[in-house]
Amino acid sequence: MKSIRQTIKDKGANVLNVYFTAGHPTLESTPDIISLLAKCGADLIELGMPYSDPLADGPTIQKSSETALRNGQTTRHLFEQVRSARKQCSIPVILMGYYNQMLQYGIPEFLQEAHAAGIQGLIIPDMPMDVYERDYKKLFENNEIEISFLITPMTSEERIHQADRLSSAFVYIVSQSSITGKQGGISEKQIEYFQKIKNMKLASPSLIGFGIHDKESRSIANEYSQGAIVGSAFIRALDGKGELAEKVSNFMEQL
Amino acid sequence: MTNTFSYHVSESGFYGEFGGAFIPEMLYANVEEIRTKYLDIISEPAFQEEFNHLLRDYVGRPSPLYRAETLSRKYGANIYLKREDLNHTGAHKINNTIGQILLAKRLGKKRIIAETGAGQHGVATATVCALMGLECIVYMGAVDIVRQAPNVARMQMLGASVVPAESGSKTLKDATNEAIRDWINNAETTHYIIGSAIGPHPYPDMVTRFQAIVSEEIQWQLKEKTGKDHPDYVIACVGGGSNAAGAFYHFLHDDRVRLILAEAAGKGIDSGHSAATSILGTKGIIHGCMTLLMQTSDGQIVEPYSLSAGLDYPGIGPMHAHLIKSGRASVYAATDDEAMMAVIELSRSEGIIPALETAHALAILDKMTFKKDENVVISLSGRGDKDLNTYIKYLEDHQIPL
Ligand SMILES: Cc1ncc(COP(=O)(O)O)c(C=O)c1O
Repeated sequence: MKSIRQTIKDKGANVLNVYFTAGHPTLESTPDIISLLAKCGADLIELGMPYSDPLADGPTIQKSSETALRNGQTTRHLFEQVRSARKQCSIPVILMGYYNQMLQYGIPEFLQEAHAAGIQGLIIPDMPMDVYERDYKKLFENNEIEISFLITPMTSEERIHQADRLSSAFVYIVSQSSITGKQGGISEKQIEYFQKIKNMKLASPSLIGFGIHDKESRSIANEYSQGAIVGSAFIRALDGKGELAEKVSNFMEQL
Repeated sequence: MTNTFSYHVSESGFYGEFGGAFIPEMLYANVEEIRTKYLDIISEPAFQEEFNHLLRDYVGRPSPLYRAETLSRKYGANIYLKREDLNHTGAHKINNTIGQILLAKRLGKKRIIAETGAGQHGVATATVCALMGLECIVYMGAVDIVRQAPNVARMQMLGASVVPAESGSKTLKDATNEAIRDWINNAETTHYIIGSAIGPHPYPDMVTRFQAIVSEEIQWQLKEKTGKDHPDYVIACVGGGSNAAGAFYHFLHDDRVRLILAEAAGKGIDSGHSAATSILGTKGIIHGCMTLLMQTSDGQIVEPYSLSAGLDYPGIGPMHAHLIKSGRASVYAATDDEAMMAVIELSRSEGIIPALETAHALAILDKMTFKKDENVVISLSGRGDKDLNTYIKYLEDHQIPL
């Protein structure tokens, strides 16, 4: 299976990474959503591991996490869901979760099982870069699991370079200093920040996420990085009425 | 007499294996700013002068160290109450908010946020914001807004906005989540005044330093009264651990002093309705620090329970996790009922109505044995005004005559 980094390189631009919460709206829907997204043109899947205390997430992802946990979603289910999706498609899958969830599973075990299930990458927003480099980098590499680190408008240049150096998948450009799910337009200040990052000519590819919810915001993300990450907007679409396949294809069309 | 081992925070922000700063990048710049500046700011003479002045003339420090005669007779030892309940706003919480508001001003922040459980930290934050003319937003669990209604009214009276946290168990943990989310959204303008010795480094250490005045006073007050500058026991209730941290601080490396924490057992440690974090907890991350917390094997944080709104936190400050794991501190747990009996007893025998949180520290006296002439200091962290509704309802429900 192709790596995340290679997938982005091969496409070069306009990459679309779609996030949703595993186990939402139902446990069974997760493998189907993955393959539907792949069919409708997504390049990468970011699968959220629902957490009881998602500090960096807005109401939409909070609610989908609550639903998923109420449905009984666990880390073990998640590996099963990806395994099941792998029978239908080969789109790279990235897990996004909080450090505590992986710690409790055991990091070496987690990485092994993730790899065995056909998962390519991880995003762990509250795992410090230093800790990764000191304790886990080798382990990730040995298990062929890629990682992405976040940068924000407040991240110093020095840390941007660190994130660039340590991210083996892509650098995750958080579009604004905020939690997930903001829906407004993109400001001039944000554009300036995107331009600044673009001018830095990072070695790693980068994708812009947080608040990307329509054609317009997606095209800005495409202009200043290799592509966009869409999350809350897709979850809101899943929460709407209708057949799952229809909701996914309608959403992907209007993006 | 002094340990070579340190119980203070390390350069990298750890207490043994606990502590650290496990935060998303969105918070990094803010936390890093505090980390790199707090020690310099706190040690400035002008800061110290303003801090001490406010503690004395505004808070009313030093708080008395009072020998409780009835309790001393009952337990056969010298039981001293460190009267943090007599501070302005009625609890130890104000020591920390005075310190942090002075820090926030020096960091140029215009907007203050806080979380609160019992409402005492919220009131203490609203108070210092009123004093300094800063905007104040307090997050409080929807459940706690009901059970600590008098404190909600006080915060509003002081000009603060109280925002209900509607997620999860709608208590302290969820209020903390909401405050952190607000901070992510308003990182540049806002300082987050955490109310306990929890959160990412340097918060546990910073809060502990601001609360350390409590043990500093105990040292000289006890010396005046007994000729000894150290007690045999210090006992404090622990939610996140700020009053305990303050009461312990100057005795951490004095082996003659036994450090005792009182946790909330709720309806019983094994009842499934408890907040006895160090007993029921395992190592993990909550609100940005590695500590002991109540969680499932899948790493989901468990909702704690205690009748007291200030103790139902699923984690414990990292310094305390380290003190407990290393054997330096011991933990006892008191149930809701035991705490309530202690409330009634202190009210009737000493004429002091304690906060429900504080009552847990009094309740564990029954589980301990003392030698004659031993000096026992209990952190009387707060007064019970805010809990009167809870107390009256409890007495009615249990048909205990008023
Ligand atoms: C009076 C009183 N004591 C104790 C606590 C528990 O907090 P901590 O463990 O930080 O002292 C609270 C918290 O609200 C309180 O109001």
